[in-house]
Amino acid sequence: MTHWIIAPVVLPAFLAPFIVLAARYHMGIQRVFSVAGVLALIAIAAGLVWQASDGTVTLYQLSDWAAPFGIVLVADRLSTMMVLLTSILALMVLLYGIGSKWDERGRHFHALFQFQIMGIMGAFLTGDLFNLFVFFEILLIASYGLMIHSGGNVRLKAGVQYVSFNLIGSTLFLFALGSIYAETGTLNMADLAARAQMVGAEQTVGIRVAAVLLLLVFAIKAALVPLHVWLPSSYAEAPPVVAALFAIMTKVGAYAIIRVYTMIFPESLEATAGLHHTWLMPFALLSLALGMIGLLAAKKLDRLVAFSVVGSMGMVMVAISMFSEAGISAALYYIVHSTFAAAALFLIVDLVEQSRDDLQLTTQPPIAGAPLTAGLFFAAAIAMAGLPPLSGFVGKLLILNAGFSEGAMPWIWAIILGSSLISVVGFARAGSVVFWKSESLRPEVDEDDDDSQEVSEDDQQAPSALAYGAVMGLLALIALHTVLAGPMTRYMQATSAQLFAPDAYMEKVLDTPGKLSKPKDSSKEDH
Amino acid sequence: MSLFLVVALPFLGALLPGLMNQAGRAACAGITFVVSLAAFIGLLTNLPAVLAGETIKASIDWIPLLGLNFSLMLDGLGFFFAFLILGIGLLIIAYARHYLSRNDNMGAFFTYLLLFQGAMVGIVMSDNILLLLVFWELTSLSSFLLIGFWKHLPEGRQGARMALTVTGMGGLAMIGGMLILGEIAGSYNLSDILQSREAIQASPLYLPALLLILLGCFTKSAQFPFHFWLPHAMAAPTPVSAYLHSATMVKAGIFLMARLWPVLSGTPEWFAIVTTAGLITMVLGAVIALFKHDLKALLAFSTVSHLGLITMLLGTGTAFGAMAAVFHILNHATFKAALFMSAGIIDHEAHTRDIRRLGGLRHLMPITFIFATLAALSMAGIPFLNGFLSKEMMLEEANHTVLFGSPWLVPALAVFGSLFSAAYSFRYVGHVFLGPKRDDYPTTPHDPGPGLWLPPVILVVLVVAIGVAPFLAEPFVKMVTASLLGEAAEVPKAYFKIWHGLVPALYMSIAAVVGGLILLAVYRPALRLWDAAPRPEAKVIFEALIENVVKLAQGLILRSHNGAFSRYAALAMSFIILAGYYAWTTGTVGDATRTLQPVTAIAVAGWATLVAATIGLVFLHRNRLLALVFMGVIGLMVSVGFIFLSAPDLAMTQITVEVVTIVLLLLALNFLPKSSPIESSALRRSRDTVVAVAGGLAAMGLTYHFLMRDAVDQSISAFHLANSYKGGGGTNVVNVILVDFRGFDTYGEIIVLGIAALLIFALTEALLGGPVRARLLNREPDMPQAGDAHPGMMVVLTRVMMPVVLMVGFYVFLRGHNEPGGGFIAGLIVSIAVVMQYMASGFNWAAARLRYPYHGIIGAGVLIAGLTGIGSWFVGKPFLTSDFTYVRIPPFEKFELATAALFDLGVFLAVVGAVMLSLESYSRLARRSERPDTEHPIDIDPSRDDPENIMKAGG
Repeated sequence: MTHWIIAPVVLPAFLAPFIVLAARYHMGIQRVFSVAGVLALIAIAAGLVWQASDGTVTLYQLSDWAAPFGIVLVADRLSTMMVLLTSILALMVLLYGIGSKWDERGRHFHALFQFQIMGIMGAFLTGDLFNLFVFFEILLIASYGLMIHSGGNVRLKAGVQYVSFNLIGSTLFLFALGSIYAETGTLNMADLAARAQMVGAEQTVGIRVAAVLLLLVFAIKAALVPLHVWLPSSYAEAPPVVAALFAIMTKVGAYAIIRVYTMIFPESLEATAGLHHTWLMPFALLSLALGMIGLLAAKKLDRLVAFSVVGSMGMVMVAISMFSEAGISAALYYIVHSTFAAAALFLIVDLVEQSRDDLQLTTQPPIAGAPLTAGLFFAAAIAMAGLPPLSGFVGKLLILNAGFSEGAMPWIWAIILGSSLISVVGFARAGSVVFWKSESLRPEVDEDDDDSQEVSEDDQQAPSALAYGAVMGLLALIALHTVLAGPMTRYMQATSAQLFAPDAYMEKVLDTPGKLSKPKDSSKEDH
Repeated sequence: MSLFLVVALPFLGALLPGLMNQAGRAACAGITFVVSLAAFIGLLTNLPAVLAGETIKASIDWIPLLGLNFSLMLDGLGFFFAFLILGIGLLIIAYARHYLSRNDNMGAFFTYLLLFQGAMVGIVMSDNILLLLVFWELTSLSSFLLIGFWKHLPEGRQGARMALTVTGMGGLAMIGGMLILGEIAGSYNLSDILQSREAIQASPLYLPALLLILLGCFTKSAQFPFHFWLPHAMAAPTPVSAYLHSATMVKAGIFLMARLWPVLSGTPEWFAIVTTAGLITMVLGAVIALFKHDLKALLAFSTVSHLGLITMLLGTGTAFGAMAAVFHILNHATFKAALFMSAGIIDHEAHTRDIRRLGGLRHLMPITFIFATLAALSMAGIPFLNGFLSKEMMLEEANHTVLFGSPWLVPALAVFGSLFSAAYSFRYVGHVFLGPKRDDYPTTPHDPGPGLWLPPVILVVLVVAIGVAPFLAEPFVKMVTASLLGEAAEVPKAYFKIWHGLVPALYMSIAAVVGGLILLAVYRPALRLWDAAPRPEAKVIFEALIENVVKLAQGLILRSHNGAFSRYAALAMSFIILAGYYAWTTGTVGDATRTLQPVTAIAVAGWATLVAATIGLVFLHRNRLLALVFMGVIGLMVSVGFIFLSAPDLAMTQITVEVVTIVLLLLALNFLPKSSPIESSALRRSRDTVVAVAGGLAAMGLTYHFLMRDAVDQSISAFHLANSYKGGGGTNVVNVILVDFRGFDTYGEIIVLGIAALLIFALTEALLGGPVRARLLNREPDMPQAGDAHPGMMVVLTRVMMPVVLMVGFYVFLRGHNEPGGGFIAGLIVSIAVVMQYMASGFNWAAARLRYPYHGIIGAGVLIAGLTGIGSWFVGKPFLTSDFTYVRIPPFEKFELATAALFDLGVFLAVVGAVMLSLESYSRLARRSERPDTEHPIDIDPSRDDPENIMKAGG
């Protein structure tokens, strides 16, 4: 029995209470443990990815009970990939949080951070829908704590909205779970997939409503229009370092949709025909368009980035809602890309905010460290807008290519390309105001010591090297994702193929015996 | 040299100028020059093979799945363009070294320039059209940076954004076009695509692909109606204008049309669109150029005009047209770059580019005068200069072109355009250099150092050499033409000569030059006419368009995302209800498989109470205390419902949860006004009513539907019932589910609880750090406070009850595994015991007696639960695997020991810690606000803090 699968959940789940218990007054200790924990997570996640890379599905039966009676964790290509993505993102964000001293501006940052990671990891790994609900709760409550980290009126107000809206989502999740359990009598995903097939054609309403409600739950998390309304203000008002971590949170919704709607409610399932396979695409396209229009409309830099997250999730959802191997594979590539890109942008927002009065897109004196920050913004904006040479462009090509055979192809292409243009205009306007127009306000100094003046100004306020390093790290990851696009796409394709052939997954989950699962063994197990 | 290296050198070298910036301007420019030179030499090493007619290829896999590979090829056409890009690039770098002032960041400039150079070389050497797209957009981006190089100038910023928007739009369209093209041809490799002319032209997708690709080409090469961005890109430093916006980048669209000429040209669509756009651009650009007073604007529109000319030649679809286009690309690149550099020199020396303030410069700047005049005359089409040769070929081609059924339309317009072209060329010479010397130049100009004039002179030498001896260029141009045409057509036999005899083209050429001279002679009246004529100002229109789009976007977004939560919630709920309704109506309902249970009077009474309390809550919720009472009633009725439905565990949990939450809410209400004001309009409240009622009915309907039906298969709870004792060692199935079957869920939930408590604590902390603290300190309660805050009776009672309650908690904890109870309930009960002390004697008194920090209790609880889970690893079992055994320690009965109890202990501690930490957080708020608490357990009214009135607390 290998316990590595559960390590991404248990490790932060131990670190967090340990930090609370033993180190809550010692920032230095907290930082050491937090960073060490995330580094260990990366190593573990890399091992899990390696284990799953040949198509192996690894099962972990909690409390030794076999599915569907107990809870199981399942590590396949998709879940391990998401776990690795999360842990890498977490490292960069954590380093930035330390470098920018954001972690000192309120209580329990590191504990909440670890709990948050635990929730995300659990959501990716679990093979049980109710357990997914539990992890959704963990990541919701932890994210609320992180969101209002360091307080402030506007932030608290946005936080209340965030948590209230997501509680609607949680309630809906319970309704969906209740419906599913009432209809099928099980909560294990693999078992559900098997039982959904048993629903007779003469009574499909139950499973149909359940499927739609569950989709809406995930759509809230994934910020699908019109259920995205919570996102712009929450992400904009959250501490940028937290918003950067949240780049993975919307992906939890996307992940859940991929998992549940390829395995439990696939296109071949008669009972749920004409629901998500028909209706997800228009709303995904709407999300993409609305996100990018919001990006153009935004009057503050942080809201601009928040809307770009809505748009990029729209892009992900467009690819997902093709429900084809190529589409999901493109979506997975884009998910990795947009996670890093959104995080980088939020961190850059923070770099800007540190030496500006506010984030309004108005002309203000140049920020400290302007040239470097401007360069980083330029690169991150290119990534987010999907321009070459970064991975956003590759992702866009993959999605366009996958959409070629779709019925809605003209719509998909027109909206993807059109929204890209809008985002280019929006980013160019914002960058021009923040980084270029501000130069016209640079105090005139003698030509001779122009340079020296600039340098000393920068030294006073410029963010720390660690903060810059974290942002550069994220951009380097985007570059790596681009350069290694060949192997990455191959991996995504294999992952997607595994999703569309869920038999191995289902067999592994349902046919692995656990405690008392065979009546003849029960006497042996019994004490 | 490997093609990869040629493309990669500028990119790799782009790091160096930034690095060398500190070492001085000469070093910075020098290193850039060396990088460029290395790439140039690398290119030249491939010349023999190219001349031999070979196509050199090199390829590395990048994204095979997408068909996007790093494939490069070099043939005649690619070599020609790469030669121009790198060759002119070298001259520009030398020129820029002397052009940029000390205030300019030279490192950044050369970095951008090299990035551009690499991207541009990449475009012309790509064998893969997707790779070409990558480089294509890179040129747009580097051009954006270069146009906006002078960040402080508004023209630069606006010009940069305009250029990026227009060329970006084209680039995006081209993505679509290229993907379609690749889809038709079955490959994204140019070599394959160039072989599939028939397939492509026969495909129904040909027209969309053509339109999208041409949109890309036209925007990039500034063809009408997208020509307007180019003049505004002239806000860039002059070397950039000369390099990007005259010699190279704007030729990218032309290059692509030439590259895809074998597969796309020759159809009526191609002919009509490309020729027409080229013709209009040529004429329009030439006319506007004549009336521009800014030297660079004049040259910019002239560039637009010449790009139109080349486009038109490609549009005709004949081999001769293509050859003329190639030749003119070469000639235009030489004379126009030289002219731009001359404009830069004049600007640099005279500090103005306004033609109206110049004149008579031939006396002051003889060198500049000579080479600029030669270049301008070449542009005008004067014999013995290279512009004459290609212009004549253009006129010849125009003579044979029948557009829209009219044989004279193209020739007439071509002459008209050439006439204006000649006129503005003459104006460039006449109004700048000729005429009397003036004494009102902003600064008196003189010829610059050779660093500035040598690069354009080198180009002008070429202008003259080709003009005098066209046979020198002929083999090269024909070689390039051959590779452009591919297998689609034969290279024309025509010879390059100055004198072709008395052909119509000669007459047309003479007409244009003479007409141009006449036009310049009547320039003043013509200018008055022009100024009087209304005409659209592209920049104003563009800016207004963008502003309006932004306004529209803001109208769409800002109002609907204004943070009004009730609207968000109404929107979300409506959407959820509608989606659920849709799913319901499109499915089949089926028959009920269960029958209704008998309706008893007790059930009806409970149900009625629950409904009444809920309705009461809705109507009276503005009185917060009353709302709390109703919530208590609802909670109680739910608990009763659980008992009625034989779920004692749930009932116990519910009741204890109710007690704790009501107490906590009461404490919270303490800091809030006693009633909430009406903030929403009647309309909004009725909207919310409709949504809420619809949601309630939907929930009811759905619940009823499921209650009346069995699951498709036996539910998993049957297994739990059967195996709870055998496998979990407990007869209370609910508890075994909580700590064993689904212990992992419980583990997660106690963490949720713990986080919630930490969060309340952190929130309080944040509040107390802010302005709230002052508000709390100055808070005036809106109701008179009770005189006996800590009444003696209550204090005594709670003290007495405390051990009893603790005992109950202990008992409930222990029996949990087999009877209703367990760690969760026990935790709540113990919390209640402590909460009572807080209530009775005040926060300060209780907090002072707090022995264990609640953070720690939560942490310990979660850790114990986790450690219990890990414990099973040591016996090789998965996380949280339970085990149990029976022991007998005399004189006690045999009893069970289960690891699940340890887990339950964790749950217990986490619950206690969470509840208490929340309470503690409230008490911190209270301590900031309340009248100073006494240190005594019982107190009547601290304002009457009279020793006689205070009873001594016992123990």
